Amino acid sequence: MNLKELYQEIILDHGKNPRNLRKTDNFNKDAKGYNPLCGDKVHVYLKLNENKKVEDISFEGSGCAISMASASIMTDLVRGKEEIEVKEIVSDFLDMIKEKNELSNKILKDDEKTKLMCLSGVKKYPMRVKCATLSWHTLTSALENSQITINTEN
Amino acid sequence: MNVSDTKKEFPIFDNKVHNNDLIYLDSANSSQKPRVVIDRIYDFYTKEFSNVGRSVHYLAIAATNLYENTRVSVQKYINALDKNEIVFTKGATEAINLVANTFGQKYLEEGDEVLLTELEHHSNYVPWHFLRKSKNIKIEFAEINNDGDITLDSIERKITNKTKIICVTHLSNVTGAILPIKDIAKLAHSKGIPILIDGCQGAPHLKLDMQDLDCDFYAISGHKMYGPTGIGILYAKKKWLDELPPYQGGGGMIKEVNKNVISYGDLPNKYEAGTMATAQVIAFNESIKFLEKIGIDNIEKHEKELLNYATEILGNNNSINIVGNPKNKGGVISFTIEGVHPHDIATILDEDGVAIRAGHHCCQILHQKLGLPATARVSFGVYNTKEDIDQLDKSIEKCKNIFNLK
Repeated sequence: MNLKELYQEIILDHGKNPRNLRKTDNFNKDAKGYNPLCGDKVHVYLKLNENKKVEDISFEGSGCAISMASASIMTDLVRGKEEIEVKEIVSDFLDMIKEKNELSNKILKDDEKTKLMCLSGVKKYPMRVKCATLSWHTLTSALENSQITINTEN
Repeated sequence: MNVSDTKKEFPIFDNKVHNNDLIYLDSANSSQKPRVVIDRIYDFYTKEFSNVGRSVHYLAIAATNLYENTRVSVQKYINALDKNEIVFTKGATEAINLVANTFGQKYLEEGDEVLLTELEHHSNYVPWHFLRKSKNIKIEFAEINNDGDITLDSIERKITNKTKIICVTHLSNVTGAILPIKDIAKLAHSKGIPILIDGCQGAPHLKLDMQDLDCDFYAISGHKMYGPTGIGILYAKKKWLDELPPYQGGGGMIKEVNKNVISYGDLPNKYEAGTMATAQVIAFNESIKFLEKIGIDNIEKHEKELLNYATEILGNNNSINIVGNPKNKGGVISFTIEGVHPHDIATILDEDGVAIRAGHHCCQILHQKLGLPATARVSFGVYNTKEDIDQLDKSIEKCKNIFNLK
């Protein structure tokens, strides 16, 4: 059944108790994301150290189980990674959600990939893909310091 | 009113959604279409099509008559004084934009105030917001009470000597509140202020009598009245349509065009520039006949019964919080479930064929006031039954199970 694939325990857990739902002290990069169709909002905060490593990442916002779980899992997985690695993970995740069947990056460990693949259930729900990708696009915007609010409809 | 017979007139219910019967609880968004309306569009294009109001050939004359017949049907249905008080638009949104634009141009100056309510749909806010930018006007909002209701007092409190127009919804698409618009019109007129009603939710579900309500403008959406998309109606008292400038320029709306001077056509042509949604207007006549056949009193009674039944069932569910408790309520229930986001509710219900709406329903001002980013909403139409509500209840239980709620 598709619903079971969409709402796996790990999604429900992260959706209900999102990790890193706070604001990083002394963050040096941030960006906002917004889905005007449903009102989901996310604000991603990053602290990159001098070696361009993610020392801390957090987010604030509100949204459905999928969007909160996605932001929660994302922040867990990219902490401690180098900026270039984060970008590769983001683009790999977005490719997987859009068309590929699996993740191909060599950065994440297998159990981390399994966790991320729990979000792949949204593929069968085109209207919900944006819920899963909003925080990831926002993370990209933060890394690029683009100062543009990510809008799922643009 | 025999609901099972009424439902049979809507071919959409012959289809399955995820292998389930369709339980359509999203009529406040858009209603489904009866066969007579669908057939009318097909027949018009296959047998009778022509542009209207221009050529003198057989088809053009016949099409023009059909198009104008709808105007007369609408006039009678809403008891307007004159058929030329009925202007066809592409929707209620365009009807309100028409008034905001032309009324704003002619009557609003810097510092003038437009009074809305916190219940308004974006389509009765954004068009007025444009005038904030272009004319430096102010927008005031009458505040809702704890029941999600707008009282006459809340309107009166916000009226100043700068208030130039009052624009309110007839029936809130979120809380279901039915506003006392006859009293609001009386109050407004006692202070010399015209009033515009956003009738999107009112027109499909309530008895309309423009002369009795005495409003200056009333905007109607065709697709929420079992009619086609692309058709709306602006009712306006004739004196306003005579006084206000035209909205859009183009063919059909002119009297005479010279290199230096242009004169505009008489009503209703003045406000119907370009080729209109001819087939939709003609098919909309069938929607009016459909509503007349059932009878608005029967519709009101049927939807009130559904509202009471659903309120009882959802109200008995401890996890559910119904948004607002207005004194006079139409067939709309917005709700939240503690621990489940409205979007997740809508996705899970959809799997059972239950179509509801989730989000801010184009009412962000109201949702900000309520402190809710989103709500789930069910809304009723002539085809809904108590069995639909029972299925809704079952699907909500499934939702709670998936989210491990008790």
